[in-house]
Amino acid sequence: MRFLGYTLGDPSTPMTPPGPEDFAEMNKFMEEATKAGVLLATGGVGPIESLTKIVNTDGKITVLDGPFTEAKELIGGWALLECRDQAEAIEWSKRFVAIAGDGEVRLREVFMP
Amino acid sequence: MTDSGAHAAIESVVRMESARLIAGLARYTGDVGLAEELAQDALVAALEQWPGEGVPRNPGAWLMTVAKRRAVDLFRRNHELRLKYAQIGRALAAEGEAVEPEFDRAFSDDIDDDLLRLIFTACHPVLAVPARVALTLRLLGGLTTAEIARAYLIPEPTVAQRIVRAKKTLTQARVPFEVPGPAERPARLASVLEVIYLIFNEGYSATAGDDWMRPALCAEALRLGRVLAGLAPDEPEVHGLVALLEIQASRIPARSGPSGEPVLLLDQDRARWDRLLINRGLGALERAGQLGGTEGSYALQAAIAACHARAFRPEDTDWPRIAALYAVLARRSPSPVVELNRAVAVSMAYGPQAGLDLVDRLTAEPSLRSYHLLPSVRGDLLLKLGRAAEARTEFERAAALTQNAPERELSAARARAAADKAGRGFT
Repeated sequence: MRFLGYTLGDPSTPMTPPGPEDFAEMNKFMEEATKAGVLLATGGVGPIESLTKIVNTDGKITVLDGPFTEAKELIGGWALLECRDQAEAIEWSKRFVAIAGDGEVRLREVFMP
Repeated sequence: MTDSGAHAAIESVVRMESARLIAGLARYTGDVGLAEELAQDALVAALEQWPGEGVPRNPGAWLMTVAKRRAVDLFRRNHELRLKYAQIGRALAAEGEAVEPEFDRAFSDDIDDDLLRLIFTACHPVLAVPARVALTLRLLGGLTTAEIARAYLIPEPTVAQRIVRAKKTLTQARVPFEVPGPAERPARLASVLEVIYLIFNEGYSATAGDDWMRPALCAEALRLGRVLAGLAPDEPEVHGLVALLEIQASRIPARSGPSGEPVLLLDQDRARWDRLLINRGLGALERAGQLGGTEGSYALQAAIAACHARAFRPEDTDWPRIAALYAVLARRSPSPVVELNRAVAVSMAYGPQAGLDLVDRLTAEPSLRSYHLLPSVRGDLLLKLGRAAEARTEFERAAALTQNAPERELSAARARAAADKAGRGFT
């Protein structure tokens, strides 16, 4: 089963920016998850100000800027996990959040086309 | 969370930690069988205590500490065990006085090393291949005996016995818990790769109506391959195998038709191929190449699979390259089946006559006497050459040889079509 885990990185769910020791711990965790054959892909998410919506309403396509224009660069992250079941994905996410500090990870099952 | 939800969560966590736990305990006790029993005891303790106390922050360390304490306890109380494991027992008893709940330091720093030792031990050549498979799934995959039984369509007691005997054999043969030395390593590694590949193929051969545990074997094998690649990153054939598994797994969504019937590679809807897995497979193949392993058996098979994976449509397939790769594979691991596959590739690249010339050399091959794909391929080539009456004979032979109903029907239909053509004067 595949899961997408991501942090929102918006003002409603503030995150403590990671310090240098946190990065080291984070990297170690990523390495562990990769070596376990679970972490398929991962990366950061751009600042919230860059949020753009592309909307189709009845055939009319509009591009909208996100609601957050304050220059408060909140960064987030995402990870694609391959796990035996949701409980395993939750456990990995718990460990990530423990390292990442205050904040929230959202986890959803994703599927191949 | 409901009780059953909490229970499932705990089981999942324990299963995540299971292989490392057993590996660490095997290093501690020197015996894989004992390690597994201690791990089981720790699981029981977790199921008893975690619902009330919550899942600990470091579940692996908690389990390891509990298992170690239990080991010390067992040795103190169990006279037989002390006799059996006298040397280890003494050491443990001595340490027992000093076992503190140092949760975060429960694992040795070399847990990766221990995991690699466990993989090699589970696949040890002193065990028969089915025992290696069962032990690998149990100790490294964390599958229960019930799950293994369902996956292989055999009774659970058979699996349980197989595992018990395997552990006994390892103990009696005094198989040391270690990574093989350089002289034995190639053969020992080949055994590990073979076991992983066998597990994958068992899952790959599953059909739509089967228990879901069967295709889950593919995911287990793939995971094991990836773990091995992380533990032995300098071994090209490990990356070769992983590449092959990733690419083969990429086709799983496209392999079955709406009624569960098998769909041949060239007929598959390539939009359903998992591009993520293909890219991972190509990456692993690249790594194998960088390590100088392009001519390893798995790397070659992966390279062939990669040729198909790179083609967005069947007509884009680089058949000359596939034919060349099969030629190398035939030299390296010669077999009539490889030769037959080579003939197909040659026919696609250079025309049916070129392929037929190769196939005709195989018709007397004893090992292919009951292999339905030989007359099937021959019939296909004859048809393309306008020799419909002969093609019909071959397809009928293929239908008679195959055990599989959908395949039999397919061959029979092709025979009828060929007969039609022959009847209309296209001999």
